[in-house]
Amino acid sequence: MNLGTIAERLARNRYELDGAPHIEVDQQAARASGAGPLLERICPAHVYAVAEDGSVSLAWAACLECGTCLALAPPGVLTWRYPAGGTGVLYRMG
Amino acid sequence: MTANAGSEVDFDVVVVGAGVAGCVSAFQLATAGRSVLLVERGPEPGSKALSGGVFYCRVMEQVFPGFAERAPVERVITRNCLSFLNPDSFVNIDYGDQRLSSPVNAVSVLRAKLEAWLAEQCETARAVVMPGFRVDRLLLEDGRVCGIGAGEDELRCKVVVAADGVNSFVARDAGLRTKDPANQLAVGVKSVIGLDRGVIEERFNLEGDQGAAYAVVGDCTKGVGGGGFMYTNLESVSIGVVLRLDDLAKRGEVASDLHDRFLGHRFIAPFLKGGELLEYGAHLVAEGGQAMVRDLVKPGLVVVGEAAGLALNTGLTVRGMDLAAGSAIAAARAVDAALEADDFSPGVLKEYESSLRAGFVGRDMETFRAAPAFLEGTRMFNDYGPLLADVFHGVYNLDLEPRRHLARTAWDAFKTSPLKLSDLVQDGWKALRAL
Ligand SMILES: Cc1cc2nc3c(=O)[nH]c(=O)nc-3n(C[C@H](O)[C@H](O)[C@H](O)COP(=O)(O)OP(=O)(O)OC[C@H]3O[C@@H](n4cnc5c(N)ncnc54)[C@H](O)[C@@H]3O)c2cc1C
Ligand code: SF4
Repeated sequence: MNLGTIAERLARNRYELDGAPHIEVDQQAARASGAGPLLERICPAHVYAVAEDGSVSLAWAACLECGTCLALAPPGVLTWRYPAGGTGVLYRMG
Repeated sequence: MTANAGSEVDFDVVVVGAGVAGCVSAFQLATAGRSVLLVERGPEPGSKALSGGVFYCRVMEQVFPGFAERAPVERVITRNCLSFLNPDSFVNIDYGDQRLSSPVNAVSVLRAKLEAWLAEQCETARAVVMPGFRVDRLLLEDGRVCGIGAGEDELRCKVVVAADGVNSFVARDAGLRTKDPANQLAVGVKSVIGLDRGVIEERFNLEGDQGAAYAVVGDCTKGVGGGGFMYTNLESVSIGVVLRLDDLAKRGEVASDLHDRFLGHRFIAPFLKGGELLEYGAHLVAEGGQAMVRDLVKPGLVVVGEAAGLALNTGLTVRGMDLAAGSAIAAARAVDAALEADDFSPGVLKEYESSLRAGFVGRDMETFRAAPAFLEGTRMFNDYGPLLADVFHGVYNLDLEPRRHLARTAWDAFKTSPLKLSDLVQDGWKALRAL
């Protein structure tokens, strides 16, 4: 069966998006530690992308709130918390 | 300790997180007549929860008699399959047993539905359920937890139950947990694939509302520690991979690619053919076993469920919900006793830890304490599947060469595998002891 791209799959999920970004990247720390490519790989929702200039862009709205990036990012690279109450990804099945 | 005398409280107990652990704690305490607030950051209970989905639900009978009949469960698991998957072959240990259906041993669940029901039970028992509320901090008074804070709001209580799951910020905030090492965590990447009821029953060899659970090892994670799972729901299949974080980081694999690769595997894809993707999600799971479980109690605070590191992956079963329920029952009892005595010091709350240790949760955590280290070895994931397939290939592949006895066939297969005899003996022994 055709699963579709990650973006297409996420579009089938329900998201409540009136919150502010819940993840921040410290670009300097990301560059220094080379964490960008790691984050890009390990995030199941493809939230992170390393740009040509080495900076890390962040599509935080797609986040599945698993916590993988927080657990694996070198210290200082990420500020990560759960989205504000009532917002973020909403599983219909789980 | 009567630090509470005089100061107003809004509730006896605030439970943080309406997962299985939180709902069971809140229900038990409300049933005991305590005033309970159950807060949940999702806009509905269950909207943030995700698991593979097999609930070993016997423990729930203690809380909700008739659970398997009354709760919104999907199927009763009567077939368990351990599948060794290789690129071009597979070997299954397929175990079906009617005894697993009466009394019901395990059911498949979809958490959004299950938790909605559980929260309803809590409300019926007069707990106040408040979704859409993210707890940001604990309130402290003389070193004792005395409430929760969220933004400007503060709520005071006598005891907080932290049931906020594997990423528990509450337990971290209280200093009961530090950052877990990456080898003790895994990420589950999961899809729910919609299929007709009849198609599922036919493909998985099931009747009526019976269900099957597949635990898959080998060529499903491309060598990354972990495995695959495939569980039947009424009209969908829950399927995905569990990837140990240290290995995922080290091996340079892309998490979503491993998920896709598993679903597209030639021996898995036929199960899903014609299906429609209904949901794609991800969640961490605690895999460190006993090594992750630390102090569970602080003055005015108890930690339950996966926030306490209570989860077990034995390779054959992933368990978390039953341990969450078991710990919640033990915690509720201890909190009730503390409220009775109006004493919230660790001395009284520690009763939770001792009854947890004495019950099935603590004992199973202890029994399987060697499982994580055993499963960390890569042989289990990479070498045994091909060996088994070679043995069976020798048995079934009648290539007009004279046949040999099974022992000889197995020995030849073994000689060409990368495994050494000492590995086999060692792993066999270790498996028997660890699992
Ligand atoms: C891929 C995968 C497969 C699994 N398979 C199985 C399986 O087959 N069987 C099994 O038994 N277990 C399985 N598990 C484990 C199981 O899902 C967990 O152990 C179980 O969900 C833990 O329950 P809990 O109530 O402790 O925590 P959770 O279910 O995580 O609930 C925590 C709740 O707290 C809320 N919360 C968190 N922080 C806050 C806050 N600050 N304020 C307010 N609310 C908050 C969350 O939104 C959530 O609703 C699996 C896990 C994964 C990831
Ligand atoms: S929490 Fe999970 S889904 Fe969200 S950005 Fe981090 S890795 Fe990606």
